[in-house]
Amino acid sequence: MVLELYLDLLSQPCRAIYIFAKKNGIPFQMHTVELREGEHLSDAFAQVNPMKKVPAMKDDDFTLSESVAILLYLTHKYKVPDHWYPRELQARARVDEYLAWQHTALRRSCLRALWQKMMIPVFLGEQVPSETLTATLAELDVNLQVLEDKFLQDKAFLIGPRISLADLVAVTEVMHHKSTFPEVTPFTVDYTLSHQSTIKKMTHRHPYKPF
Amino acid sequence: MVLELYMDLLSAPCRAVYIFAKKNGIPFDFQFVDLLKGHHHSKEYIEINPLRKLPSLRDGKFILSESVAILFYLCRKYSAPSHWYPPDLHMRARVDEFMAWQHTAIQQPMSKILWIKLLIPMITGEQVPDEKIERTMEEANKNLQQFEEKFLQDKMFITGDNISLADLVALVEMMQPMGSNHNVFISSKLAEWRMRVELAIGSSLFWEAHDRLAKLPDWDSSTLDPSIKLRMSEFLEKYK
Repeated sequence: MVLELYLDLLSQPCRAIYIFAKKNGIPFQMHTVELREGEHLSDAFAQVNPMKKVPAMKDDDFTLSESVAILLYLTHKYKVPDHWYPRELQARARVDEYLAWQHTALRRSCLRALWQKMMIPVFLGEQVPSETLTATLAELDVNLQVLEDKFLQDKAFLIGPRISLADLVAVTEVMHHKSTFPEVTPFTVDYTLSHQSTIKKMTHRHPYKPF
Repeated sequence: MVLELYMDLLSAPCRAVYIFAKKNGIPFDFQFVDLLKGHHHSKEYIEINPLRKLPSLRDGKFILSESVAILFYLCRKYSAPSHWYPPDLHMRARVDEFMAWQHTAIQQPMSKILWIKLLIPMITGEQVPDEKIERTMEEANKNLQQFEEKFLQDKMFITGDNISLADLVALVEMMQPMGSNHNVFISSKLAEWRMRVELAIGSSLFWEAHDRLAKLPDWDSSTLDPSIKLRMSEFLEKYK
């Protein structure tokens, strides 16, 4: 039976998996789980992932959650090109380091910024106190700076001359503001201005380019 | 040049790395970075890790942060027995899944309990509001339940019959509230698993690694450097 992926492309971790699977020619059946309709909270979906979150994967009877784990599973099972998760010890460690760091750093800030700046006001009609929003955006700034100063530096990609899982996870995160809700433009504008150079670097080296 | 591990065993991620290295006979220099004295903010340590976090590893010119990355690195470099990070696709995926999930689901709530029950009152002299404590406990309990139902189930260890990196990381993190005399191993399933993991590690090594945490309630927080206390107050605001 073909691999099943339960995704909503509104979600960054889902996009990382979608791009990775497509890019590597991994055959899969796409199940869209509409977050905006609350489909992830359904009993049916809980059978696939009791944590009620996307992304989730089903490979025959084996179910898996957590995008990093799914990306690694696909990497190992489908023997993708080495640069995604290099076999070389230190290069691999660098990918692991980024994938670990981002959970409580960039991912957290991006999620909070998205909710506080846009999701809550637009979908729930509530305003978030300005001090809260300011603190969140300040934290996001710090994390984007770390991405630039510690991880990217002067290299072409996060861990060296070639794209890896780290770049894929990072770029889908910083793209969040642009692609998700095109009608909400004010958010798009001031979010990117202060880190234009990092975001430009990252999106310029997006995986769609052949290498 | 021998491997250097920059750690303070008050930190759960440090304990995971320490226990793993010792258990597998990996030679290293223990570089003690005293969190209680604020040494993670020292010029020397900032050069090792500008994010000022522990643990860090230095292997010649190669410096690595993030305990999960360090554990994988040590596992591979020193060819640790395969049960720690099984080659089987599904078992390995479960370890990866737990390692990803635990950052926000286990490590943060367990650390919060220690801050709320011991460190904040001790350092600031203030109590955290009851409602905040209750919310933290609720979240922690919910996640511990998910741990039991999804990761542990009826198995001996997370991947089955043998201990892996996932059990090690899970346990050291769940031990963190012990520093405030709060025991999370209330269900018999969790308590039995805890004992099994301790025995698989070796009780002597396990308790050696947890000694500093166990003595935390005896720490004289009045000796805390005022500049460190100031830095902490911003951090503490998050928990209030």
